[in-house]
Formats: sequence, C-alpha cells, structure tokens
Amino acid sequence: MRNILFAVAILLAGLGISSPYHFQLLTFIGIHTLLALGLNMLMGYAGQISLGHAAFYGIGAYTTAILTAHFNWSPWLALPAALFLAVLIAFLVALPMLKLSGYYLGMGTLGFGMITYVLIREWSGFTGGDSGLVGIPPLEIGPVSLSSGRACFYVVWGTVVLGFIVCERLVNSRVGRALRAIHDSEQAACAMGINTAQLKISVFMLSAFLAALAGFLYAHLVSFISPNTFDFLTSIRIVTMVVIGGMASIWGSLLGATLITLLPEWLHIFSDYEMVVYGLVLMVIMIFLPQGLTRGLLDIYERSKRRAGVPSTTAKG
Amino acid sequence: MLRIRNLKCYYGRIRAINGVSLSVKPREMVALIGANGAGKSTLLQTICGLLPGWEGDMRYEKEPLSGLRPPEIVRRGISLVPEGRLLFPPMSVLDNLKLGAYLRYRRREQAAINGDLEHVLDLFPVLRERARQPAGTLSGGEQQMLAIGRALMARPRLLLLDEPSMGLAPFLVKLILDILVQLKDDGMTILLVEQNARAALQVADRGYVLENGHIVLDGPADELLADQDVKRAYLGKDYREFYDGRA
Repeated sequence: MRNILFAVAILLAGLGISSPYHFQLLTFIGIHTLLALGLNMLMGYAGQISLGHAAFYGIGAYTTAILTAHFNWSPWLALPAALFLAVLIAFLVALPMLKLSGYYLGMGTLGFGMITYVLIREWSGFTGGDSGLVGIPPLEIGPVSLSSGRACFYVVWGTVVLGFIVCERLVNSRVGRALRAIHDSEQAACAMGINTAQLKISVFMLSAFLAALAGFLYAHLVSFISPNTFDFLTSIRIVTMVVIGGMASIWGSLLGATLITLLPEWLHIFSDYEMVVYGLVLMVIMIFLPQGLTRGLLDIYERSKRRAGVPSTTAKG
Repeated sequence: MLRIRNLKCYYGRIRAINGVSLSVKPREMVALIGANGAGKSTLLQTICGLLPGWEGDMRYEKEPLSGLRPPEIVRRGISLVPEGRLLFPPMSVLDNLKLGAYLRYRRREQAAINGDLEHVLDLFPVLRERARQPAGTLSGGEQQMLAIGRALMARPRLLLLDEPSMGLAPFLVKLILDILVQLKDDGMTILLVEQNARAALQVADRGYVLENGHIVLDGPADELLADQDVKRAYLGKDYREFYDGRA
C-alpha cells in the first residue's frame, strides 16, 4: 500500500517538476537512496559495519563505463556484467572479512575501499585515472533515449521503488528476522540453527548488488565518472545517510539520503561556514534523535498524540 | 538418546572439559550440576555445535555428532536454551518465537508452526498477553519462559537448558521447573544444567556432578541429594536453610 502511494507520488512529482536542476537533484537523491538502502540491509538489519561501500558503487560504475565506452557494449549487456562482478567481489571479500566484527570489520572494509579507490585511480589505461572516464552512452530503450532529466528521474526512482519492494519483503520474511537476530546476538542466532556465516555473506552480496546498481545508473546518467566520486568520503557519507535516516528502517534510507543530498544545497547561503553548519546539523540530529530521523519523528508524533489525550497503542522499547 | 564418551573440549589451547562421559535416555530428565567454571556451559555449547574444537565420541540417537554445524544439529532435534536467555530484545515476543522455528519455515511447515506457536502460548499464557511487546521489556521470569518457548518452536526431542533459574526469585524457579516436569511428562528428554543444585536434583531423574572438567559423581537424583559430598559441596547447610525458607 505504502509502495503504491510512493510510486504515485513519484509519478506526480515527475509530471509536476520542470526545472532541470530539480530533476538532477532528485535523481541524485534516488541514487543515494539505493546506496543507503543496500548499506542499511547490511548495517541496520544485520549489524555489520562497512566503511568501504563506495567501492561497490565504483565497481558498478566503472565496469559498465569501461564495457560501454571502450568496448561498445550495450548498457543493457553491461548491467548484468557490472552487477555480477560486484557481487562476485563482494563474495570474495566477505569470505574472510565477515569473520571479523565491530571495529575490526570496519577497518577491514575501510582497507578494501581504499584499495579499490587506488586501483581505479592508478589503472589509468582502462579507467582514465584521475582525469576520469568520458563518453559513457546514455541508457536507451529501443529508439527512445533516456537522457532527459525526466527520463533519468523515472529510471532511477522506478529502480528505487523496486528495491524498496524487494527489501521490504525480505525484511518481513524469516530471513529478515534472522538478520535482526544476528544483529542482537550472533551466538543466540547460531543456537536457533541460523547459518550466520552464510547469511552474513548473502546480505553483504545483496548490499553490493544495490550499490553496483546505483553505480550503473550514475555512470549512464552523468556520462562522466572520476575516481573521487567513489572515495573514502563517499563511503562515510553512505554510512551517515543510514545512521541519520535510521538504522534498520527502509524508509530511513530514503530520509537519510534526501537530507544528506539536500543539506549541502541549502547550506550554500552560509558560504564559508557551510561545512561547520553541516556538521552542526548532523550533531544536533544525533543528540536529539539518536535513533535516526525515522524513529525520532515517529516518537515525536506518538508523544504529541499522547499529549493530545489519545492513548498510544504501539509499544516501544 | 544422547551418549557422550571421553569428551575433551578446548578453548584454543586451554582444555575446559577433560574426558567427560555421560548419557541421557529417552524421556529422562538429567541434571548436570557443578560450580562456576566447572565446564557445564561448555559441555552444552559443544553438544549444540557452537564450539567446534572437541575430541571424543558424541552420539545422538546413535548417529555421531562430529563435524556437524548448529543448523544440522537443530534440525536433528536438539535445542538449546542458552545461559542468560540470549533473547533478541528489540524484536517482539512473536518474532522471537518464530525465530525458534527458523529452520522449519524453509520446509513449508507453516500450519504445523502455527500449531506449535499456539501450543507454546498455551504453555506460557503470559507470553500471549505480551505477544506484540519487544522481548526486552519482559521481566526476568517471562524472558526465561520466552527462551524456553523459543527453543520448543524448533520441535526438539532433546532440550538442553543452561541455568534457567539464573537470577530468578525462588517461586519463579519453581514455576519454570514445574514446566520442565510437565514437558518431560509429555515425552520430552531434558538435560538441565544448574548451579541451583537442590532445585535441579529435586525434579531430575538422574544427576551428574561436574568439577573442573571431570564428572566426579553420578547417580539417581535422590541419591545425589542425600550424598554427603554433594551436600557439603553444593547443598550446604546454610544454603539449604536459605532455600527452604523461601521455596
């Protein structure tokens, strides 16, 4: 139901907006939502920290860019290749890495992110190095080119809706319960007969899949990519989106991605102090809504309802 | 049903269990008692496959358990109620119970699972009242009931309990143990690990006393209750007074 409303809202927004600037902004919010959604499955639900998520974003983007720009593949052929490569690498990385936990897993994924970034930057024959890779063709469906702002908007947000539906179904299934169980106590989850190692690897692969998908869309919509888009700061920004939006909340990914994408745009008026205000906003949100925006706003709403004399029926813990 | 011969368990190079042999017959309740650090929890976790570093011979229903991982062991009908309950606190009581049946969902036993869910909620009516509450908001006794209910959801034939009385008031201990007796009368086989030796031996059929990774005594529960050594080491006069005064 919520997803239908969401899809209708997107449809109307696409029809109502005309400014290219707004389309571009919304498209980026969509791409960031995909990234945050993937990381939220890993971090919010399964409780595994990844500080190298931009690597999968980059692998998705660069695979499709190289295949289409250098080898003249059709983007639709490059898409499965990009996704497959990212998922494969995620599997290989996860095998040894997910034996780690907590800070150590964070360090490990951080290292992986750095390695990927350096590889992209230094392997200039293929990737164009620091000067980036140009000439990535736009997406096409038959004769229709999807290069206009509105088309990009619909492609990205259509993918987001699909991602939401898939993840929501997953979260409410027995697998979703198992993921949350790993988050709470890996040992207890193990005693329930949950194959925790396998499940952690699977969710890591899922989140790499979503990140690579975001990378694919980014590469074809912007048609130019450079290593800096996929550096360490991007990984951190994705983590911030998840934490600010709300861990273990699918809609929190949307909220977090929206805020983190829009904030720099709004804060231009502070010019020199932009980054200071940016940091302050994040601090204030974390201090007053430590559970993230989604849970925090829901709590405020429930509290106000109670104050108005209507007893709240939802239990909180 | 469960037969262990000469089991040795290791944490790295430290040997925590030193050649333990014990057996549990079908429909029997066996108590394993011993002080802190005797190796009781290690033994249970080893049976469940949570601690892979062991040597010796462990057979469940005549099949060796060596090399099996926890999912396979749960599938064969052994469930653990872990020490300290280890619930999933932010998840609802219902979700916790459903997680207990995790492996059965794959086999499309939806109807049977719902039947068992009703059964567990009948066994612990208080859980039905709190079905939608997060498990973390339950009281200690309710949490222990939930932990037992969760283990039952896997439909075990052998139930392992690690200190179910921990941190509970005496009347709750009695309540929990009464439920175990009821489960046993319904055909469950139970291996109960306890520090609360008197309470455990009063409901069990047989008992083993574990000390520093060895079995130092075993026999029918009432004999152990009367045994001079056990009395001195685990029941103690002061302790008995303390317990009898409240139970």
